[in-house]
Amino acid sequence: MTDSSGGTALVEAAPEPVQPPKSVKAQKDPTFDRSTRRLWPLFSMPGTVWLLLLFVVPFYGVFAVAFGQVDFLFNTPIPAWNPLHWQFTLFGEVLHASVDGPFSAVWRRTFGYVIASLVLCVAIGYPVAYYVARLAGRRRGLLLALILAPWWINYITRMLGWMSILDPTGPLNRFLLHVGVINHAINFLGGYPAVVVLGLVYGYLPFFIVPLYASLDRIDQRLLEASRDLGVGSVRTFLHVTLPLSRMGLITALVITALPMAGDYYTNQLLSGAPKTTMIGNTIYYYLGGGSQKNVGACLVIQLSLLLLVFMAYYLVLTQRAAKEASR
Amino acid sequence: MTSLTAVDAANAAQAFQTRPSRLRPWRNPWRKPWFLSSITWIYIVWSLLPVAIAVQFSFNAGRSRSVWQGFSFRWYWQDPYSSLLTDPSLRLAMRNTLVLGIGTVLVSVPIGVLLALGLTRWRSKASAASNGISLVPLVTPEIVLGSALYLVFSTMYSPFIALGMGAMLLGHVTFSISYILVIVRSRLLSIGGEFEMAARDLGATSIQALRTILLPLLMPAIVAGAAITFAGSIDDFVVSQFLYGNAENITVPIKLYSAVRAAPTPALNALATMLLVGSTLALLAAYAVLRGRRRGGGGGEQALSALASIE
Repeated sequence: MTDSSGGTALVEAAPEPVQPPKSVKAQKDPTFDRSTRRLWPLFSMPGTVWLLLLFVVPFYGVFAVAFGQVDFLFNTPIPAWNPLHWQFTLFGEVLHASVDGPFSAVWRRTFGYVIASLVLCVAIGYPVAYYVARLAGRRRGLLLALILAPWWINYITRMLGWMSILDPTGPLNRFLLHVGVINHAINFLGGYPAVVVLGLVYGYLPFFIVPLYASLDRIDQRLLEASRDLGVGSVRTFLHVTLPLSRMGLITALVITALPMAGDYYTNQLLSGAPKTTMIGNTIYYYLGGGSQKNVGACLVIQLSLLLLVFMAYYLVLTQRAAKEASR
Repeated sequence: MTSLTAVDAANAAQAFQTRPSRLRPWRNPWRKPWFLSSITWIYIVWSLLPVAIAVQFSFNAGRSRSVWQGFSFRWYWQDPYSSLLTDPSLRLAMRNTLVLGIGTVLVSVPIGVLLALGLTRWRSKASAASNGISLVPLVTPEIVLGSALYLVFSTMYSPFIALGMGAMLLGHVTFSISYILVIVRSRLLSIGGEFEMAARDLGATSIQALRTILLPLLMPAIVAGAAITFAGSIDDFVVSQFLYGNAENITVPIKLYSAVRAAPTPALNALATMLLVGSTLALLAAYAVLRGRRRGGGGGEQALSALASIE
């Protein structure tokens, strides 16, 4: 947001060349054209209006419903669009239930699953991204294509395969029975937290690897060689050179995977479906999708958004900074 | 130093090559990274095997989705009641998904490209705000976007557009605009202003420079953005599920999700396979366009990077 200052100064200074360096820049700048200066705001208009109407207003609508009233005859929400009419009693009740009530277990479980999944993502994803970015040699193109492939495959299709594998009559059970590890088939799809974490890791790992790959790929090979030439071993080179240089990529990857994971409700519905693995996404969908208390759902959406806001803001600041560096 | 001959250089090179063998294997930086390479290959097999199994069972001759009973096209067209071709609900889901995917591309690509052009050039406080708004959808969890849209479409916007195909189209375009913006803008920044400047020096107007110089240069990013948008739309589940309204507007991912725990037959796997075919075709078309534009070697990897928008 801070880059606007330079830009406005440029436009204002141009007609009267008071500040020589800026006016020279303005003359050379292809985007500076008095006749078409209004073109760029005009270009931005459809997208901006679209996002205002279909992103900003709906998001405000969540607040309006959460802090609004309920038609007690039909049990439908009556959104309060005027902030002066907002009532916070329901939100307070839901917040209380989240902190110290029926929802608290769901929140704890959600974050437990997300953290466990992220740890596994780092453990599996970092070596893979590192290998493909730095050591794959001439196989790199192939490996990159294979690593990108899951991006293009529908999430539910990918879960469908696991549902076949984990089925009581599926290959995994048949294998375990054959080997003799178990003596009766296990219904892995019957509510195992480990299966849900496996599903989350499987589902989101591709989205974790790619940004990490991109940042590892950008590291200058000469820095690693310099470290080696100075007599530092592989492990210390990794810890003191590679890891710090890939920090931004790692954070991006963690944020990009943590955000959808925290709002996920379909993975555990498909792979478990049991109340004991319910995540906050399931609770939100329960209240908004089928349930009659849509304003409870709206309150939970606000709570989830507020919790994730820190990560979202951090990520946006990072990308803005990167974009600014690229345009420099 | 100056008397270094070719022989010396060869000796040095030889010494350099023989040195690693004298090191202990774990200190040798030139050894084969077998550990990392095996993790990578195991990961790749693990990430793609379930998909292969899901596709395999679409060709199952029996009703089971976990026991293989022989190869057939029963669930594609042979079964009289519940194959892709004969079950009207599956046909409807495929048609809706395709319509939605194409519609989303047609609406969101022009809006996103214009937004990228505008926001890159237009510098003011308003543009900074607009820029901020247009990036937030990228990091908003789908459940938040889906429930927010659901709440307005079922209350304030319901007199204009009810839940259904229209609402889904609006929702899909909303999350697609930001993708196209990011992809096109990164390309715009890497192109820089020189070409346009040259065109302007030669007497072109802003619009002419834009149309004849900038747009062709942006084409790879636009193609990649369109392919990603199409694949993103046909694969979308969360926003669609919040906005589809009734069974008439069901899409393939919704059908997969709702039927898989209720009445699963391999026809669902066939449906999932069609989804896979759809996004693969979009990918291949975009890849062919991108690769064809950069004649010569090495284009493939760059095209891949462009498609993954990691450049």
